[in-house]
Amino acid sequence: MYIYDAFDRRLLAERVVEFRDQVSRRLSGELSEEEFKPLRLMNGVYLQLHAYMLRIAIPYGTLSTLQLRKLAEIARKYDRGYGHFTTRQNIQFHWIKLAELPDAMAELASVGMHGMQTSGNNVRNITTDQWAGVATDEIEDPRIWAELIRQHVTLHPEFSFMPRKFKIAVGASDRDRAALRIHDMALRLHRNAAGETGFEVMVGGGLGRTPYLAQTIKPFLPQRDVLSYVEAVLRTYNQFGRRDNIWKARIKILVHDLGAEPFAKEVDAEWQSIKDGALALEPTMVADIAGRFRYPDYEKLDDGPPELARTRRNDRGFDAWLGNCVTNHKVPGYAIVTVSLKPEGGTPGDCTAAQMDKLADLADRYSFGEVRVGHEQNLALPHVAQRDLPALWRKLDAIGLAQTNVNLISDIISCPGLDYCSLANARSIPIAQEITRRFHDLDRQRKLGRLHINISGCINACGHHHVGHIGILGVEKNGEEFYQITLGGKADENATLGTLVGPAVPYAQVADVVEDIAAAYLDLRDKPDELFIDTVKRVGIEPFRERVYAAR
Amino acid sequence: MTSPLDQKKIKIAGPVVVTANRVDDGAVVYRSPDGGWTTELGGAAIVIDADSARALAEAAAGDDLHAIGPYIAPVELLPGGNVRPGNLRELIRRAGPTIELPAPLES
Repeated sequence: MYIYDAFDRRLLAERVVEFRDQVSRRLSGELSEEEFKPLRLMNGVYLQLHAYMLRIAIPYGTLSTLQLRKLAEIARKYDRGYGHFTTRQNIQFHWIKLAELPDAMAELASVGMHGMQTSGNNVRNITTDQWAGVATDEIEDPRIWAELIRQHVTLHPEFSFMPRKFKIAVGASDRDRAALRIHDMALRLHRNAAGETGFEVMVGGGLGRTPYLAQTIKPFLPQRDVLSYVEAVLRTYNQFGRRDNIWKARIKILVHDLGAEPFAKEVDAEWQSIKDGALALEPTMVADIAGRFRYPDYEKLDDGPPELARTRRNDRGFDAWLGNCVTNHKVPGYAIVTVSLKPEGGTPGDCTAAQMDKLADLADRYSFGEVRVGHEQNLALPHVAQRDLPALWRKLDAIGLAQTNVNLISDIISCPGLDYCSLANARSIPIAQEITRRFHDLDRQRKLGRLHINISGCINACGHHHVGHIGILGVEKNGEEFYQITLGGKADENATLGTLVGPAVPYAQVADVVEDIAAAYLDLRDKPDELFIDTVKRVGIEPFRERVYAAR
Repeated sequence: MTSPLDQKKIKIAGPVVVTANRVDDGAVVYRSPDGGWTTELGGAAIVIDADSARALAEAAAGDDLHAIGPYIAPVELLPGGNVRPGNLRELIRRAGPTIELPAPLES
């Protein structure tokens, strides 16, 4: 966990006072909606179809149980008893009342949480690997760098009115669990040939109506230079990014139009003028941030305790859950547990207040009081002793949080779609729900193996459909919901954008199409362990197209 | 579904109402014949020509204290005098999400 200091606490408290005044003036009519809208957006308050929505940042996806219980309390007291975890390590409450928002924000501030920069044309919540600090394959904890950048860009006046929003992700492993290449800017910690640790800098990624993968503009950036280089990228974007057309305003358009190399030269010119100034990081500054991340006082344990093997032998359900939801930890005797928020027939990413409270209890007992949020809309308990896994599994199962479907076809990423969102053209959630019902049989899911379905209800692509192994995009045709299907996308270290299979299909046929694609894969794969995504890569989309459209 | 963000020209092909979101809580409201707002579609002012729709929308836009982002939305008139929203987006705005909301799991 990261421990906020007095400066952070004062900033949040002052922000609540300011927002309370703004809300009061809006309700009295002193502020018009035109005047108020940019103010509420700066605090993460949107207006959706039926109500206001509050989006709260969960920096680098790390939550304390104190914070999780507070989110449960917010859900219960100010909303309708649940929250929705998003694809950018945020949580949204969809039914919040304007007059009550200042009180809700004051409660959030009491545990160091807020909605600042979860909306608006600024640097959004900085995301990272949800296994940061515990993954076996990371170079070092990427959250230290995410926090450094977060502190620098929070309420930074120069970066509060950029051409468009700006999303940064930080990773520290060869395996990309943070979808780096689909971000405006991404930093990947790695070691160079000399054994020094630095960052690969990627820019210009993004989905939406013009999807691009980020391109590397600096293969190795020393750690001391990370703030100055981020600043140089933001300044270059601020100067040259388009402000005349909202659809061409993201940095991805600038990088594409200018070319990655010329863009990098512009950045470099700016960087040379600031790199040895106030933003050059002294080791003491980094050490200060790192020192405020607290790590658990782990016990000295061995991997593979006997009770684990015994329960695996005796309980097939536990064995399946262990194989699917539990990952190796960098400390011997411990494990990372992914908690799926994708129940059959449920809404991807939704979690009730009662589940949050109970999960907080379990995290206190089994995970040193810490919970993580991943961009796949699942949660994780990052520090579970392996000997405790059987007990934890039973308790998760009792609260509906022991689904054994992580990375399987029912582990669907989905935006809220037309059921909530004022930008959406079509519904996403019912499509996800129907697919999970069709594939409810776990053996069938396991036979299909790793298969990611991502669904967006409009071209803004909050459901990351371009990088789903199967991507589903809702569109409107003559007042009816239709869905375009793409295949072959992925957001990992070999990120790829999916390819459109063919004409859009109506709402009622989407689950049938997914069944056809799944059946085609089973016929086409050359061996049982060839993953869906690898089969698509090997055979192309034509055989899938034939199967999908033969009968339509 | 046509977003109000895309509603640039007023084209009327049947009965319409003016709808918005209430300032206090964002709830869906409809402009009523008396110049106020109602949460009941049945109580909305219904017009059938572009001039009347424009006049209704302009009057609604002047009430920034109570409602946000008024726009013109189609409705269907049913036998017996009932009214229903004219497209899926408006159906969802009126009736809420088409999915079952999470049931709170009590302790």
